[in-house]
Amino acid sequence: MMDGGSFVTPDGRTIGDVLMEVRNITLRFGGVVAIKDISFDIREGEIRAIIGPNGAGKSSMLNVINGFYHPQDGEIWFRGAKRGPMKPHAIAHQGIARTFQNIALFKGMSTLDNIMTGRFTKMRVPWWQQAIWTGPAEREEVENREIVEKIIDFLEIQAIRKTPVGRLPYGLQKRVELGRALAAEPKLLLLDEPMAGMNVEEKEDMSRFILDVNDEFGTTIALIEHDMGVVMDISDRVVVLDYGQKIGDGTPDEVRGNQDVIDAYLGVAHD
Amino acid sequence: MFYREAGDFKTSYAADGQTFPIAFDRWRYFAVLAIAFLVVPFTINEYVASAVLIPFLIWSIIAIGLNILTGYCGQVSLGTGGFMAVGAYAAYKIMTAAPELNIFFVVLLSGGVTALVGLLFGLPSLRIKGFYLAVATLAAQFFLVWLFNRVPWFYNNSASGQINAPDRTLGGFLITGPNATPEAKYLFCLVFVFGMAWLARNLTRGRLGRSWMAIRDMDIAAEIIGVNPLKAKLSAFAVSSFFVGVGGALFFTVYLGAVEVGEAFGINKSFLALFMIIIGGLGSIFGSFAGAAFIVLLPVFMKNVMVGGFGWPTDIATHFEFVILGALIIVFLIAEPHGLAAFWRTIKEKLRLWPFPH
Repeated sequence: MMDGGSFVTPDGRTIGDVLMEVRNITLRFGGVVAIKDISFDIREGEIRAIIGPNGAGKSSMLNVINGFYHPQDGEIWFRGAKRGPMKPHAIAHQGIARTFQNIALFKGMSTLDNIMTGRFTKMRVPWWQQAIWTGPAEREEVENREIVEKIIDFLEIQAIRKTPVGRLPYGLQKRVELGRALAAEPKLLLLDEPMAGMNVEEKEDMSRFILDVNDEFGTTIALIEHDMGVVMDISDRVVVLDYGQKIGDGTPDEVRGNQDVIDAYLGVAHD
Repeated sequence: MFYREAGDFKTSYAADGQTFPIAFDRWRYFAVLAIAFLVVPFTINEYVASAVLIPFLIWSIIAIGLNILTGYCGQVSLGTGGFMAVGAYAAYKIMTAAPELNIFFVVLLSGGVTALVGLLFGLPSLRIKGFYLAVATLAAQFFLVWLFNRVPWFYNNSASGQINAPDRTLGGFLITGPNATPEAKYLFCLVFVFGMAWLARNLTRGRLGRSWMAIRDMDIAAEIIGVNPLKAKLSAFAVSSFFVGVGGALFFTVYLGAVEVGEAFGINKSFLALFMIIIGGLGSIFGSFAGAAFIVLLPVFMKNVMVGGFGWPTDIATHFEFVILGALIIVFLIAEPHGLAAFWRTIKEKLRLWPFPH
């Protein structure tokens, strides 16, 4: 059902063409093969989950997509063009943003400054005009501040706007990090375990934000998550990795019924 | 009339982002400016200018420069003295090569030359971090001082190996040389301090400044946001060196007048600048001023108290100065590790509620 053209999900969202495709990616660290010949695609407007047991290569896959790791083999296609070897900051300018498994906020800065920093790729005024400030630089700052304030409203973090992020509790830090990634208005948003270490309530909040981001901004999202309930509930399609190999790919229902996936999660003797 | 944040509502993002968001602070700032520009020049004398005000102003510029690199961008540098020397020698070479050039532009150009040299010595920062980078910048310090000592071209082959600032005027007033009046020297430095602090504030609150702080706090996250570490680090080195270079040029032309490089720009100057920003507060423009004031003014103050007040011999007073200054630095760092700027912030937070803290 996934081949060719767009389709409509059961809840009425239109999923578009392929936005990103990884083809036959192989990543090795010395003798260790982290990812072995994996191919899958991410379509415009969908929520794509990557799941798998510990050490399956999920985070490595995200690191390949946003340029921290360079695979030995394989191709990455983004928005219809093959991507050469690029630095992470150049990939950010192409429109890929992400959050980290262990929060990677700028601890010395306030919530507002963190999210404003997320607007980095959208700001254009040259440094010498920033040095003068009055005029274009201030205007650009205010324009971007307005967008950032919308994100702050959206994530319901108005009260902690001026608080240094180091002082915030874990759940809020995760939310600020999501805000920072959203500030870049990404074409593709990568979330590395957005719900790790959260309680049920915080997980519900975060799931709602992820669905709302996808729904309101139409952002394509690829996420890694361990909570199966959440994954099956919010994602449109799921790719399952195990020992660096792809063992399943499809809608949550298809994946749930896949014998290899059941084996990988419940554990069977490998012969 | 009280120091109040409450009730001071902002209705635009521009007003919310201003440098002094609290009305009282704004008025205090204008008052300081007015006194500095309109009152001090008429009451200044030779001693106050050369012992207190001019070194304080020049060191403020240098501290702001180092704070941009270390406090905002997180790159430790022990090469400040060397970069000051670059500014001084650039000023000397430009002054002797182009005698008609206005002293104002000489100082700016010297800053520009230092920015280029800083860029060069900033290159290792792309590969090494922390203590190792500090050692690499230490190499810059020793190399630059050695260079200015050993290559006669830099001091125009003078027999003493010293450089002397020739007389230069600005708008008819003598700025450099032994006959310059303290008023002229003070105002010249003050204009630079004002302009440079304004530039530093603007650069650090915008896109560039945020990219520096992003690199300082979490370089991997900065990269995925689109910050090019190469550009961020090198721009911090260049801007910082520009400030330090301007400071070095003023130090030589206006303050000292004659310089022997090993003595004027040795490693102790690098440490002095580092002390200033650590005591004053990393990542704060106000902290740079506070640190410079602490390091420059305190010894003068103590000397006056001990020699003038108690009538102690000068040499004993000098030794005591070191003891007390060292002890004070330790006490300060234990009591407030984030410097005088954080101390000031705490006071401000307390003042919000004063006199009814509950």
